[in-house]
Amino acid sequence: MNRSAIDLWVGIFVTIGLGAILFLGLKVGNLLTLDRAPGYRLEASFDNIGGLKVRAPVKAAGVVVGRVESIRLDTKTYEAVVTMRINQDVAFSKDTIASINTSGLLGEVYVGLDAGGDTAVLMNGDRLAKTQSAVVIEKLIGQFLFDKASEGAKK
Amino acid sequence: MSAELATGVFSWLRRLGATVTGTVGKLGYASRFLIMVLVLSPHAFRRLHLTLREIYFAGVLSLVIILMSGLFVGMVLSLQGYEVLSRYGAGEQLGIMVALSLVRELGPVVAGLLFASRAGSAITAEIGLMKTTEQLAAMEMMAVDPVARVVAPRFWGGVISMPLLAALFSAMGIFGAYIVGVRLIGIDAGAFWGQMQAGVDFWPDVTNGIIKSVVFGLAVSIISVFEGYDAKPTAEGVSSATTRTVVISSLAILALDFVMTAFMFRGIGA
Repeated sequence: MNRSAIDLWVGIFVTIGLGAILFLGLKVGNLLTLDRAPGYRLEASFDNIGGLKVRAPVKAAGVVVGRVESIRLDTKTYEAVVTMRINQDVAFSKDTIASINTSGLLGEVYVGLDAGGDTAVLMNGDRLAKTQSAVVIEKLIGQFLFDKASEGAKK
Repeated sequence: MSAELATGVFSWLRRLGATVTGTVGKLGYASRFLIMVLVLSPHAFRRLHLTLREIYFAGVLSLVIILMSGLFVGMVLSLQGYEVLSRYGAGEQLGIMVALSLVRELGPVVAGLLFASRAGSAITAEIGLMKTTEQLAAMEMMAVDPVARVVAPRFWGGVISMPLLAALFSAMGIFGAYIVGVRLIGIDAGAFWGQMQAGVDFWPDVTNGIIKSVVFGLAVSIISVFEGYDAKPTAEGVSSATTRTVVISSLAILALDFVMTAFMFRGIGA
């Protein structure tokens, strides 16, 4: 093996190696979208966020428009304050309702935004006035059993 | 009787003590050796063609085994993963499962194990044989430092090759999973890539995988060159040094992987 042939092979090796890292970053890790896109922040407080996690998607009509950036507990009201980063090119009206949904029975938890009819739009740092908390299945079942029991008592 | 027993116990204790001090002493020598290699590393980059030659032997010649193993590991992951996921009606989550397991764990670890047995053992055998045939001593006679001339380029060749090989392994594994999952089983290609892109992040998933592979590269390379340099200059000595390289490297990779995973992925999902 002379020196130039080795140089060539090492060059090919390094190129495809870096290509593999690029593939993992762009095609698998989706580096260039959403997370790096410039955006603005919105806040929303919920009574209960269920299984919502940081970096969960924010969806409007099923389309991902942002990510959950942070979740903290407001120690005055004992509500969960969720900060979301929304893509720059999407604007929402002032009366937008935020809700916490689950896609399917076992699917991921996400924040759903339902735009209203107001012409004024939400700006960076605004807080959503209307929110709908996560549905806690245990509570639903408890409610259902309680209703059934009280029905039975009436008869 | 009791005197015999006492002698037996004493000789056993003596051997135990010798083993312990021998192991600790070797560890100290290995640490000193690592610092020596790092101090003399500029030589490896000043005479770049030496390092390029080692990247060729450690990296380019390992390509075939890394790519083939990656492909098959990805294909098997895909088959087994789909079998379990489809029980929960979540077969479309296959992409994210395969990508996360490859990028976070299997890529760096399996590529590291293959690298240790393919390239690490070769490095140990080569340096050990150079020592046995007194080539290293001859270099010293010519005022050429064998650590700068022989060891440092091999060390850096391994360190540079390892992350690239791990990335190639992961990429090839995902390609294998795509072939089996999408082409053979018939998962929707959009769901396969979409779930993967939604679930895998460059930071921290891919970057932590790269950090792992760099650490494995450092560990395997230093173990390989040290075992070669420290080998007994006999045919037996070289063969046992080669075996030790593979054994110690593999254990080091698995132990380091556990420690790093505990640090890196502890907070995720919490």
